[in-house]
Amino acid sequence: MTLAAASHGFLTPSGVEIAFLLVGLVTLGAAVVTVTTKQLVHAALWLVVALGGIAVEYLLLTAEFIAWVQVLIYVGSVVVLLLFGLMLTKAPIGRSPDADSGNRWAALLVALASAAVLVWVVVDAFRASWIDLDGAAQGSTEVSGRSLFQHWVLPFEALSVLLLAALVGAIVLSRRGGEDTPDGRAVPGNGHAAAPGAAASTGPDSARREGQR
Amino acid sequence: MHLAYPAVLAVLLFCVGLYGVLARRNAILVLMSVELMLNAVNLNLVAFDVWLRDTLHAGQALTLFTIAVAAAEIGIGLAIVLLVYRNRGSSDVDKLTDLAERPAGDGADEPPHHPSDQQAEAAA
Repeated sequence: MTLAAASHGFLTPSGVEIAFLLVGLVTLGAAVVTVTTKQLVHAALWLVVALGGIAVEYLLLTAEFIAWVQVLIYVGSVVVLLLFGLMLTKAPIGRSPDADSGNRWAALLVALASAAVLVWVVVDAFRASWIDLDGAAQGSTEVSGRSLFQHWVLPFEALSVLLLAALVGAIVLSRRGGEDTPDGRAVPGNGHAAAPGAAASTGPDSARREGQR
Repeated sequence: MHLAYPAVLAVLLFCVGLYGVLARRNAILVLMSVELMLNAVNLNLVAFDVWLRDTLHAGQALTLFTIAVAAAEIGIGLAIVLLVYRNRGSSDVDKLTDLAERPAGDGADEPPHHPSDQQAEAAA
């Protein structure tokens, strides 16, 4: 292990490691603000920073395709969906004092304990493991596409069925008035109360169709 | 690059998400924290895929699948949250206690009714 450490420069981090560390600090800080801020919309916007930081980390790990998929799906559609959800549930603009529940200290205790245990285990287990980032990129679009459509075609198709099921499920869930008639058909003209339901059904589904591409 | 950097970052992100899931009251903030946990797992998958130089690229394929499943999950989850909000007038997970066990003899014949719950029943 000492030889491996000596050959890789244990205390002299490379440029990639420094960049990874800095972006990781930004990501972690944004994540902490996401789960602690009392302004709900700000939480969603800080989530954009955290997810974008993870995309940069993918780039530093030479997984380009995953990085751009992350930007497209997470930053592009999931956060927009969450913002739609916040607006449709009439989230208060500004500070809401009841954003955290009463068991936050227990939650903090659990999170700190699990972080301590996991960091200890992970650092101890991978003390002498180095990622070799030289050579051809591991996750360029060509490599990812080849492996996806040669070895992973069947799971890929199964995933499309799953997305279809989620699409149908979201439509069924957000349809309004299905329970009013015994044959399960929605009653048309249910008044102004149907408006949020209609908006909700277009929100998740269109974005998911976008993510399916 | 030392493997500990991505692994420790993933661990810390996961624990931040864990804190969010346990401590947040709004259901949509809970969903955001779940997204953070899923992203930590994705980072781990990509890091180990690059470390092992897998010829099948199982880690990256699984990451793509996780991202797609997370997109489906967030769609269904938001639909459920909106349904709960429509029926109950609130998306606080602390108030959804209809299935909670109560102490014996306490409100067995008067179930706790939300005012908006009654409105929903009247409208139905």
